[in-house]
Amino acid sequence: MKAESVPPLVRLASLDELWFQVGGTLCNLSCTHCFISCHPHNHNFGFLGLDAVKRFLDESLELGVKEYYFTGGEPFLNRDLPSILEETLRRGPATVLTNATVFTERTVAELWKISEQSRYSLEIRVSIDGYEAVMNDRIRGEGTFDAAMRGLEMLVREGFLPIITIVQTWPEGETAVVFQRFVETLKLRGCSRPRIKILPTLRLGMEELRTRGYLPEERVTAEMLVGYNQDLLLCNHSRMVTDRGVAVCPILIEASPAHLGSSLKEALGPFAIQHAPCYTCYLYGTICANSSAGASGADR
Amino acid sequence: MSAEEPPVWGLPQMEACPAVPGGASKVALLGGIYSNHIALRQAIDDARRRGAEAIFCLGDLGAFGPHPDRVYPLLKENGVITLAGNYDDSLAKGLDDCQCGYTDPRDNHFALLSYRYTFSHTSDENRRWLRALPREIRFLMGGHRVLLSHGSPRRINEFLWESTTPDHFLEKLCREQEADAIFVTHTGIKWKRDLPSGKLFANVGVLGRPENDGTTRVWYALLEESSAPPGVKPCLRVGFVPVEYDYRELAREMREEGLPEEFVKTIETGWWTTCLEILPAKERQRGKW
Repeated sequence: MKAESVPPLVRLASLDELWFQVGGTLCNLSCTHCFISCHPHNHNFGFLGLDAVKRFLDESLELGVKEYYFTGGEPFLNRDLPSILEETLRRGPATVLTNATVFTERTVAELWKISEQSRYSLEIRVSIDGYEAVMNDRIRGEGTFDAAMRGLEMLVREGFLPIITIVQTWPEGETAVVFQRFVETLKLRGCSRPRIKILPTLRLGMEELRTRGYLPEERVTAEMLVGYNQDLLLCNHSRMVTDRGVAVCPILIEASPAHLGSSLKEALGPFAIQHAPCYTCYLYGTICANSSAGASGADR
Repeated sequence: MSAEEPPVWGLPQMEACPAVPGGASKVALLGGIYSNHIALRQAIDDARRRGAEAIFCLGDLGAFGPHPDRVYPLLKENGVITLAGNYDDSLAKGLDDCQCGYTDPRDNHFALLSYRYTFSHTSDENRRWLRALPREIRFLMGGHRVLLSHGSPRRINEFLWESTTPDHFLEKLCREQEADAIFVTHTGIKWKRDLPSGKLFANVGVLGRPENDGTTRVWYALLEESSAPPGVKPCLRVGFVPVEYDYRELAREMREEGLPEEFVKTIETGWWTTCLEILPAKERQRGKW
């Protein structure tokens, strides 16, 4: 067997980020680029309740987990989420990924109170895919731009500095202009200090239909990992809790065999990065975390 | 201590680690200097006045500020025991960037301007000196195993912010590193935590620029043993010391050197204008920009 045909193994150097698929695959939106095809009737993965999350939070303590992330689906469809965030923030920093279209003033005020009570940061990451309705709504659905802007304004009025995450659906050469238009839009909506994170598309789920899937040659080989800083790969420092057990990362929850066990301890082994989306992670590095692991992390 | 023979600390086994020089019971810990030679001189004098028996620097001698070569004589002449930060590592190896670990394009733009200036204004002799700096320093103080590193003990450019660093993560670092007290810098903002196990962690802040609090002062830390009756192990305590220095002179030198006005504004106003996107929510909320 040739060396490059053996799926390369990435060991978990340290479990730094623990993700929770707290909203399952249920979402009030049906975005055309969603890599796990979430929509209002997708019950493929279910919600995680407070007790389930607490069990993993407790297990995470002795493993020294540094940060906690919550995603879905739309996490705020899970009514346990405020309690889950409160419980998490007693232990460490939390980030929640939302489309910001289901907020009420009451929910946002409650979140702010929870955030203020903790010594740790609560980051709210809001997904928006256009600086104006026509650009956003063709991906996220009719009326979603206005709904997200209302949610964003609620967050800003309360005192949050949300991180806006945008999936890059435009040609590379237009990034500077698109970025600037986003800044202008966000400032008009009261975000005086816009925090923006641009993400690459993942050619999975609905995105395969919108553009294309991965090509057979778009895979990570053992050869490609020679001299590569593996800190840039999420599977080097993260795991993902779902209602079916612990998966390797937020992107591969539907891939087989990406489920590694029913507890964190069972999921600490190395992972073969043989899946097509691993190629995107390889190219862009730590695409899911708030910030990268650092440009030179070789001496972990 | 000669310029050619920097101290080589950082022994891998804590059992073998040396006692703090002179059996000191009070030492100063200086964070990133970022070429702020004016604040460095003042901090060294201040630490001596306060009775510090040894002075350590946790790395990042250059960045942001003017005339990077003015820092080195101050460290050498005053016997400051220095470890390598990411900036020092980059300069020593002749790398293309500072390895600060930023992810935002604007942050990286300014980081590169700063690095290119510092690189071109650091002498070959000083770059050679940087090459010999250790990655970590370990010593025993009052029977406690003390570990100094730049970003974190496991990665030179890891950011350890107060609002994103949980107790259980720090406990793990102490366990893995076999240390009772860990001190770092790199983020630019000081904080400390007494851990449930009795261990101690602090980010000592930096001398290089204000800590995004709207004041022009900068900070260093004093680590000291508490007095204890005979036979009782003394506790370690860390406190932060503000340094008021001639920031107007630093700003003048920066402008004279053509450094970006954004850097100068930070020195003059105390608010960060660059390297902002790496800040977590709570630290960002406390700033102006």
